[in-house]
Amino acid sequence: MSASLQKGIDVLKEVIDAPVASFFASCVHCGLCAEACLFYTETDDPKYTPIHKLEPLRRVYSREYTLLGRLGKMLGLSKPVSDDELEAWSELVYDSCTMCGRCSLVCPVGNDIVYMVRKLREGMAVSGHAPQGIQEAVKRTIEIGSPMGVKWPAIQHVIKDQEAETELKIPIDQPGVDVLVLMSSMEVINYPEYLGALAKIFHKSGVTWTLSSEASEATNAGIQIGVSDLAREIVARIVNAAEKLGVKRVLSPECGHAYMAIRWEGPNLMGRPFPFEVVHVLELLDELRRAGKLKMKDQFTTPVTLHDPCQIVRRGGVLDAPEPLLRQVVSDYRPMPDGNKWNWCCGGGGGASSIQEPAAEALRFKAFQVKKRQIEASGVNTMVTFCSNCRIVMEEAVDHYEMKTQLLGLTELLAAHLED
Amino acid sequence: MNEIQLLTWVRGPGLNIAIGVFLLGTIWRLFEIYSLGRKQDIAAARARAGASGWHTIFRRSLPAPGLMQRSPISYVGGYIFHVGLAIVVFLFAPHIMLVQGLTGLSWPGLPSPVIDGVTVITLAAMLVMLFDRINRPVKRFLSTFEDYATWALTFLPLLTGYLAVKHLLLPYTAMLAVHILSVELLLIVLPFCKLFHAVTVFGSRWYNGNINGRRGVPV
Repeated sequence: MSASLQKGIDVLKEVIDAPVASFFASCVHCGLCAEACLFYTETDDPKYTPIHKLEPLRRVYSREYTLLGRLGKMLGLSKPVSDDELEAWSELVYDSCTMCGRCSLVCPVGNDIVYMVRKLREGMAVSGHAPQGIQEAVKRTIEIGSPMGVKWPAIQHVIKDQEAETELKIPIDQPGVDVLVLMSSMEVINYPEYLGALAKIFHKSGVTWTLSSEASEATNAGIQIGVSDLAREIVARIVNAAEKLGVKRVLSPECGHAYMAIRWEGPNLMGRPFPFEVVHVLELLDELRRAGKLKMKDQFTTPVTLHDPCQIVRRGGVLDAPEPLLRQVVSDYRPMPDGNKWNWCCGGGGGASSIQEPAAEALRFKAFQVKKRQIEASGVNTMVTFCSNCRIVMEEAVDHYEMKTQLLGLTELLAAHLED
Repeated sequence: MNEIQLLTWVRGPGLNIAIGVFLLGTIWRLFEIYSLGRKQDIAAARARAGASGWHTIFRRSLPAPGLMQRSPISYVGGYIFHVGLAIVVFLFAPHIMLVQGLTGLSWPGLPSPVIDGVTVITLAAMLVMLFDRINRPVKRFLSTFEDYATWALTFLPLLTGYLAVKHLLLPYTAMLAVHILSVELLLIVLPFCKLFHAVTVFGSRWYNGNINGRRGVPV
């Protein structure tokens, strides 16, 4: 057994806890999780059944933590998990799982399958079986500070542009303010107007805020690949900056996995509660709306539908903010079938969008077909969302299928119609 | 060993062994699973009505939106089989008398013809579900020897019980002995295979409801 494989198996042994054991003990192979997974429903290939994606973890659980499994191991009746097996599973654990968590909502015995995928990834990454695309994103985040290699000068450039655009000052490293604003590299590169939108809204509503030159990146590739040590290092940058500046709140941007990383995994990675509150940008905007501080000068009249990002809504619990905020700014909202916590993934979450292999890309487009049907069922050509990764993944798929769908970010839409 | 001797054995030492293995096995497995514990979630929880482990224990008994259409046999067959099995096991008068003899507890049962009807429906549901397991690509793909063996071990007590009551195939005494023996086999394997979901299903649903409930998501 190679050293890295041994390490991987040791990590798997370590991450198996009572919930995992209970989940594996409860599975009756009913296959219903497949019906909730876009990679199965759009391909009809049974290998994409979510519980099957966990087979290496189940085997380690069985061999190490059950009476019969240990007996079988002693008598040499069961083979240990091998490098070949983990390599073969890489496609199932990364390419065809976006950690959207829809399977965890349907399992009749109650298994939280995505909870286990997150754990299996720990062993996959340590044993060297994570896809290269995600490995590189992690490396760039650790070395440069951004999964896409965005450096501070590039952000400064965006800040200048947005200051010129909005005629507002964008504060940097300002201590004692209400909110530390984080960005995702995707926003810096593709949707810099998000920053200008925040500047406008905060100016109008009197929220004091700042960016940090030491921690601007909110996403956490360490979590997506499944290496908690690196994930902790990435979260720590934000925590240190927020504590240094003494802010009350840290604002997670329109990015699903960033929210999951800071709000829910963050304190657990650091091993302590935060002295500040982590809020998603929509939570803050909805708070302003309810306080009457987010008034619109006019409404967006084009009919729109809404895509709920998995990590923010189904897995993150921001269930009530999106629709009222959207209704605040649009006059014709047409919900798509399976909305809110039942929404279908864009196909590119959980690091999947950073896997560049042609087969993985083709699979993403295939999985997008369910989203395509949802959009078509809504009957409109404009879709609003609030996750930059969802947005870029869907924009690529919309082009691929030559659809007419236009995508908009909710924060920018609100800012564009904000009362002067 | 003749029929009477066999019946005497399965009713006496056989039953004791089976119940003993079942109880010790259940305790062992519960310890094995739940003593693993878990790390405390430090992230500040978000409270929301309906989002908790207890809610999920009940809520998960209902099909998720759209899934009934996608896999109707799993749900309809699953409901009929589970409810039917519970009725036959706990509401058949001789079963209640057996429990009364062992523990002193007793409750009213259902008339024999009703139990007969429920048994036939339950057996039919199980056959349909076996067909579905073989016919449906996902289920066939996931299925191992254990899935078919546990199906058979659950089917046999129902079938032999029905045959015994109806005096079919074998003399009553022999069929009753086979029936009890099949139940004993089921009791012995239950803690060590997927049938143990009968116990862990509550813990699993609770964990899922709790993990997601802390984030304010009712699952």
